[in-house]
Amino acid sequence: MTDALDLALYVRRPLDGVAAMDLVVDGVHCGACIAAIETGLRKQAGVRGARVNLASKRVTVEWNEGALEPPAILERLEALGYPAYPFSAETADSVDKASEQQLLRCLGVAAFAAMNVMLLSVSLWAGADSDSNSATRDLFHWLSALIALPCAAYAGMPFFISAARALRGGSLNMDVPISLGVVLALALSVFQTVAHQRDAYFDSALMLLTFLLAGRVLDQHMRRRTRDFAANLAAIRADRALKLVDGGEARETPIAAIHPGDLVLVRAGERAAVDGTVEDGRSEVDQSLVTGETLPVALSEGARIYAGTLNLTGALQVRVTKEAGDALLDEVNALLARAAEQRSSYVRLADRAARLYAPVVHLAAAATFLSWLWLGAGWQQSLIVAITVLIITCPCALGLAVPAVQVVAAGALFRRGLILNSGEALERLAQAGTVVFDKTGTLTDPRPALANGADIAPEDLALAGSLALSSRHPLARTIARAARATEPISGHELPGQGVTALHEGRRLKLGSVAFCKAEAEAAPVAAAFPDASLIVLRTPERAIVFAVRQGLRPDARETVAAIGRSHEVEILSGDREPAVALIARQLGVAHFEYGLKPKDKIERLKALKAAGKRPLMVGDGLNDAPALAAAHVSISPISAAHIAQAQADALFLGERLAPVADALSLAAKARRLMVGNLWLSLVYNLLAVPLAVTGQVTPLVAALAMSGSSILVTLNALRARHA
Amino acid sequence: MNVLVYLVPLALALGGLGLAAFLWALRNGQFDDLDGAAWRAISDDDLPENRG
Repeated sequence: MTDALDLALYVRRPLDGVAAMDLVVDGVHCGACIAAIETGLRKQAGVRGARVNLASKRVTVEWNEGALEPPAILERLEALGYPAYPFSAETADSVDKASEQQLLRCLGVAAFAAMNVMLLSVSLWAGADSDSNSATRDLFHWLSALIALPCAAYAGMPFFISAARALRGGSLNMDVPISLGVVLALALSVFQTVAHQRDAYFDSALMLLTFLLAGRVLDQHMRRRTRDFAANLAAIRADRALKLVDGGEARETPIAAIHPGDLVLVRAGERAAVDGTVEDGRSEVDQSLVTGETLPVALSEGARIYAGTLNLTGALQVRVTKEAGDALLDEVNALLARAAEQRSSYVRLADRAARLYAPVVHLAAAATFLSWLWLGAGWQQSLIVAITVLIITCPCALGLAVPAVQVVAAGALFRRGLILNSGEALERLAQAGTVVFDKTGTLTDPRPALANGADIAPEDLALAGSLALSSRHPLARTIARAARATEPISGHELPGQGVTALHEGRRLKLGSVAFCKAEAEAAPVAAAFPDASLIVLRTPERAIVFAVRQGLRPDARETVAAIGRSHEVEILSGDREPAVALIARQLGVAHFEYGLKPKDKIERLKALKAAGKRPLMVGDGLNDAPALAAAHVSISPISAAHIAQAQADALFLGERLAPVADALSLAAKARRLMVGNLWLSLVYNLLAVPLAVTGQVTPLVAALAMSGSSILVTLNALRARHA
Repeated sequence: MNVLVYLVPLALALGGLGLAAFLWALRNGQFDDLDGAAWRAISDDDLPENRG
């Protein structure tokens, strides 16, 4: 069946008569790919232009509306050797991009102003401010003010807005002392200029803004890159469903365009892309991604089917539903809502530092003011000294300390196959005391593997593998993979049962136990591998039974052992006891619980929290979603159910479990560096405080202190690259 | 010191030019694809036989 593909959802209309579409193209890595795609597409009739973005691995195609059908573009790219996946730019995406551009604009303005003001300041420090030249000095100060005031007002917006928001909410964040420092430094400088005084701090204020904005831009850039990457993966996995339109025609449709009430067809061997109730047909379904239970469940008319479940044997017609009324979904949603309310109000490290730091600094400034007044200085001079205290202690490095480490560590984790959803996830990850694993799909590889390979003769396996190549069924694909089969034996597939073939004069069958009539041979294998699905190869002489089940991830044992050295490890699973006990024994995990409902998992996490062991939850299923939300911090594999991914703080890629261990060790190191950085900048500032209190600080000292500490903190942050 | 009368505006103008160029580049999406730009510089898509 060739399915008409409906791409209307993805087509934009930037101009009249012009249609455009964004596609994710995973295979581009170099200039040759760019040239091949762009020229290849432009040669297609009707195409106006194509532009590849190598950084985000996307291509934008524009064509004259009506000149060609959108699927033709996908076919063209496929023919060029670059499978492409349509992608609809989310609104969140463009908001992200807009805020990154805004930060870059602020940085440009701040850097421009800082350089020009510094030009004027350096000439003053170099001698232009001798008393004979006071007219020149005043001119330079006025020029500096002219540049600095509008530029600082513009470039400081991100900080002023964030500080105002924090103050309105009755809390203090790092932006409050930063904003205060900048505003006071500028106000004092204007005052000094008007009074024909020697010292103005325009350059300090602008340098502060420039350094901090550089940190923000890096942070935002990193965040956008990881989000782009996650969006690409979503587009590649893209869920389409076969929508049955009037007259029984099946049309391949993106799930975003499928609405409750539609009828979709789920063929044997496919994953259901939507939730619904079975309207027609009967089949066995692997629900492991939903419930953690590995044994297939039989479904027939009226039964509930979940998105993410794998249809094993027969075709099902499913009526899409969204409304509640289903025990598991309702429970998950209710638990999720509650978990979101209770989501621990974690205070970020930088904000916690600001809460301690800001009052101390402000008190010190006030004390300085009062002391100078008491010692007989005029209130003007006292105020000036007090404000220089604020300027010199302004947490320039403090503001860089945490984001710099976050950016470097997130980049290092990204290279190791872990995507962080939020910056603070790193801080919470470092605090984890107990690591709680889900079993199915997390410790085990979501792709099934042959379990009894040792009992099967290689030639039997090779024969079964060649025959399996002609089937679409997931279990057959496992056999083909296990046999490393490359030469197919062409066979006839009976959906939901198996394949038959005539090979070298012999009738061969590969399929279910019933299809091959091999109940007698299957019984001992079923007893030996109670959690496996069976598939049989029937030759005229005998029947060979293969047991297929989810095996451990290839590096699960080493990874769990490595984590076990520094953390406690537990397994909480929804699966049955024998399956869980077996995995726990293989991994050497002493504490495991089985047959758990979502609610039970949350109870266990609560108990851990109460015992003071902040849990890291690693899970993938729909049934894990509430636990992922309730845990102190959570990680999901990229193969996880959508709802679970949305709750997780981080996602790991690939079939290896190692990124989880890497994340724990890198997060611990990153936190050490963050705390170290905070102390470093604190000490640096505190060294300058005595100078400020005694009124010895000149603008030159302030400039040196600020840039010196920022550079030191940044260099220290670079150490987060290696675990 | 009379030299300042035109040196200071000149310095500002040059700086402003740089800023304007940066803002123009930003608006034009020059920073959207930092990896691709490196490759495009060495591609031969401006030769007549490669023009799409």
